[in-house]
Amino acid sequence: MSAAPLGVYVHWPFCKSKCPYCDFNSHVREGVEQARWRAALLRELEHAAREAPGRRIETMFFGGGTPSLMEPATVAALIARARQLWDTAPEIEITLEANPTSVEAGRFAALAEAGVNRVSLGVQALETASLKFLGREHSADEALEALATARRHFARHSFDLIYARPGQTPEAWAAELERALALAGEHLSLYQLTIERGTRFFTDHARGGFALPDEEASAAMFEQTQARLERAGMPAYEISNHARPGAACRHNLIYWRYQDYVGIGPGAHGRFAVGNAKQATRRASGPEAWLEAVERDGHGTAETSTVEGQDLVEEALMMGLRLADGIDRATFASVAGTDPVEALDAARLEPLVRAGFLEIDATHLRATSAGRQRLNALLERLIA
Amino acid sequence: MTDLSLIRNFSIIAHIDHGKSTLADRLLLACGAVTEREFHDQMLDSMDIERERGITIKAQTVRLNYPAQDGKTYVLNLMDTPGHVDFAYEVSRSLAACEGSLLVVDASQGVEAQTLANAYHAIDANHEIIPVLNKIDLPSAEPERVCREIEDVVGIDTSEAVKVSAKTGIGIDDLLEAMVKRLPPPKGDRDAPLKALLVDSWYDPYLGVVTLVRVQDGVLRKGMKIRMMAAAAAYDLDKVGVFKPKPTDVPELGPGEIGFIIAGIKTIADCKVGDTITDDRKPATEMLSGFKPSVPVVFCGLFPADAAEFETLRESLSKLRLNDSSFHFEAETSAALGFGFRCGFLGLLHLEIVQERLEREFNLDLVTTAPSVVYKVKMVDGTSMELHNPADYPDPMKIESMEEPWIKATIITPDEHLGSVLTLCQERRGQQIELTYAGTRAMAVYRLPLNEVVFDFYDRLKSMTRGYASFDYEMDGYEESELVKLAILVNAEPVDALSMIVHKNAAESRGRQLCERLKDLIPRQLFKIAIQAAIGGRVIARETISPMRKDVLAKCYGGDISRKKKLLEKQKKGKKRMRQIGEVEIPQSAFIAALKMDSR
Ligand SMILES: Nc1nc2c(ncn2[C@@H]2O[C@H](COP(=O)(O)OP(=O)(O)OP(=O)(O)O)[C@@H](O)[C@H]2O)c(=O)[nH]1
Ligand SMILES: C[S@@+](CC[C@H](N)C(=O)[O-])C[C@H]1O[C@@H](n2cnc3c(N)ncnc32)[C@H](O)[C@@H]1O
Ligand code: SF4
Ligand SMILES: [Mg+2]
Repeated sequence: MSAAPLGVYVHWPFCKSKCPYCDFNSHVREGVEQARWRAALLRELEHAAREAPGRRIETMFFGGGTPSLMEPATVAALIARARQLWDTAPEIEITLEANPTSVEAGRFAALAEAGVNRVSLGVQALETASLKFLGREHSADEALEALATARRHFARHSFDLIYARPGQTPEAWAAELERALALAGEHLSLYQLTIERGTRFFTDHARGGFALPDEEASAAMFEQTQARLERAGMPAYEISNHARPGAACRHNLIYWRYQDYVGIGPGAHGRFAVGNAKQATRRASGPEAWLEAVERDGHGTAETSTVEGQDLVEEALMMGLRLADGIDRATFASVAGTDPVEALDAARLEPLVRAGFLEIDATHLRATSAGRQRLNALLERLIA
Repeated sequence: MTDLSLIRNFSIIAHIDHGKSTLADRLLLACGAVTEREFHDQMLDSMDIERERGITIKAQTVRLNYPAQDGKTYVLNLMDTPGHVDFAYEVSRSLAACEGSLLVVDASQGVEAQTLANAYHAIDANHEIIPVLNKIDLPSAEPERVCREIEDVVGIDTSEAVKVSAKTGIGIDDLLEAMVKRLPPPKGDRDAPLKALLVDSWYDPYLGVVTLVRVQDGVLRKGMKIRMMAAAAAYDLDKVGVFKPKPTDVPELGPGEIGFIIAGIKTIADCKVGDTITDDRKPATEMLSGFKPSVPVVFCGLFPADAAEFETLRESLSKLRLNDSSFHFEAETSAALGFGFRCGFLGLLHLEIVQERLEREFNLDLVTTAPSVVYKVKMVDGTSMELHNPADYPDPMKIESMEEPWIKATIITPDEHLGSVLTLCQERRGQQIELTYAGTRAMAVYRLPLNEVVFDFYDRLKSMTRGYASFDYEMDGYEESELVKLAILVNAEPVDALSMIVHKNAAESRGRQLCERLKDLIPRQLFKIAIQAAIGGRVIARETISPMRKDVLAKCYGGDISRKKKLLEKQKKGKKRMRQIGEVEIPQSAFIAALKMDSR
């Protein structure tokens, strides 16, 4: 199993301001002690190397929060240390999530220098009014400039948009999508707005402050997005992710294929093989609690467990069915110890196949595009 | 043991919300049973559900010591009773344990349907009745007008009615004096063989089975061996006590006294309310007259949401039954809902309360089927049967005729709403018997098929009169009727739990309503859903739920799989609250809500 790729995830939990839709582990803090944080991340990275030793890393991903607010020197130190701790693939993919403000774009050169070779920009919308609604710190023009800067410094880049926003019609989204395609490189992440508990939007929405497009409209926008990107040569390889052939985010593919990754930083998760077992780790999510724990114990692990049996099958299915390629039965069997089709209840599987939501062939189990579009309901039928 | 002449046993009876429990609180305070510091509203409504809804469900008994103006200290046994018609059985048992009643009437509202019904019950029980006009603190109180109303409608003398405010305490001293002067003391013979009435019993988690008794003759003493005459079971008396309101041990209970006993009773079946308790060594020869058994009029199926909880449900029902002798249950099986129980209730509120208590006190999740009444079926072959469950509806070819139960309903309403009330009764196949006016209010007496009343009649009545109408009913025999079974099919599969028996003329509109309602209640799913209503093989209504178009978590959580797992866990929980009919998943809430007809 150790021949399989390993991904390294680094979480930076700070942002300049909290977006009203965001329920990620992100916090606004004055005066982050960069040196302390650098030291702590490096210590936990060393701990991660002890958790999953002797592996070869294929990808690294700096996520957040807003990792473009990290000092480039910290990013550089983490990349360099990772290279010392593990063997690294020659074509290693190192992605960093960046917010498209001018301040952050100013660091792109240094980040590229540090070894980052792919950026994912949180553009979110191409209209200034929408950006304001989404509580973003940047204007549309600023985002376009950041995108241009990114293009100069990184061979690979992607940007995120949030659609199916309040009041957005399928027509308006179609027009925005055209502009996005004109700007896109090899990769686009297109997420429909979800209202999450514990966000300002949740309360606003519950109080009737705004309404989301209904199921029909959001389905129409989803279908139209799939069709348009397919025509543009960037089909969905995952529910919300589109890429030109060969340009998928390899780090995210590790998650969806249920391959191995370690996670460091507040709230970071890991899933990796220890012997024949799949280990799950979760770090403390509060930034200060995590920092103190690392300084005290050398790591901020809040929970370690072994994923096995039905849980393992369920996790691998939930992730794998998001992919257009579906689940490779042989790979699944090597991780879960059982063929996915056999692991499932035939009586539940059969009507879903008959209705065209699932496909099974000799090598794969996959959700069709109709199935992926209804994946929650599909999984409910399949494993709940 | 108290001198009989110093005992007064009385029930507090009234229409819902006229202030019985508040008055009881006030009497407790006046007699020093609770201190100002311990005092809170609805002292005796001890169940959470009673406090939350602000209603009394269980009758409660308290012993008070009252030092009267004549220099003697009296023992007052107070029984606070529920006002709602569904709990009338509680009232009737309390009445049987007392000699007098306080008929409380809200001085701003006047006589309502249960005022009348409960007053009649007290008269039947030969009670001395003291009319009490409550809430005279309210600016809208019109005690003189309401006194006239009591005389006109209830027909009892109000020249000595007592005017009080249970809230502020005005008039409470006068009421206490009136009680010792006007209510009769109990009668009884201390030396005769023990005869005590088993008024109520319930399960207390600390004490076990607690039994409320009223001693007629003889003495109940701790340590003696007692016998339940009807149940033919004997027990050693572990404890004898009274509620003050806290349970307090006493050495004995003599004639005329009301209190509780604890006797290590294990078998619920041995505690039949209305039974006579006697001395095992010196038994009485005759039993007390006891109570008429309560007759459940509304039936429904109760099923555990999680099939694994069937046994827990059985145990819980048994425990609850001990606490509430007026509901009945027996095991039943449904194709849609699995193993459960067919339960009988005194009315819809009773059904709702039992269901809520099961969910709350026993932590159960339940699915409830359509309420149904008891039909009598005559078969072609000359046999006959009682039908409690639409699922048992026989092959129509074999039915000779059917009869349905009727009620006699009394409705009192402000006259501006009379028109709509009469229309409602008419729509429900009602037959007017009487229509009278008292001041600005009208009293309508109607005969109605009970079947028409179990479907939200009461809700409709309340909403169309903005809460001002009151309603009471009694059973009024059976009559032949043209009844059919309305079946509901989901993707061509019949859902037994949703079938119902309706009058032929109402079948089509009911079927249409039910289909429309289910369409709103069943969420879109992966597959198209057809909902049909049918009589025999004939489809009379149909609705379609189109399949869902999109349902996916679009957002990326990186490697945080636990977020997606949470959704799956939620779905797994949700699935337990779903019933699978073919490929369709029906949320149990749909079963419940579908049957609240017309209330949208
Ligand atoms: N203003 C005023 N309000 C009162 C008085 N007595 C009772 N109330 C109010 O009337 C409402 C009903 O009182 P309860 O004592 O719960 O009535 P009940 O007759 O026991 O009701 P059920 O047990 O449900 O039949 C409560 O909100 C009381 O606070 C009174 O003398 N004056
Ligand atoms: C880890 S997040 C945020 C990364 C970065 N801090 C930013 O804001 O650009 C990655 C992406 O998830 C998407 N996202 C976050 N919250 C969302 C929500 N509630 N609904 C839809 N998409 C969301 C956004 O497009 C965001 O760029
Ligand atoms: S969306 Fe990005 S920038 Fe906004 S609060 Fe969340 S992590 Fe921070
Ligand atoms: Mg009460």
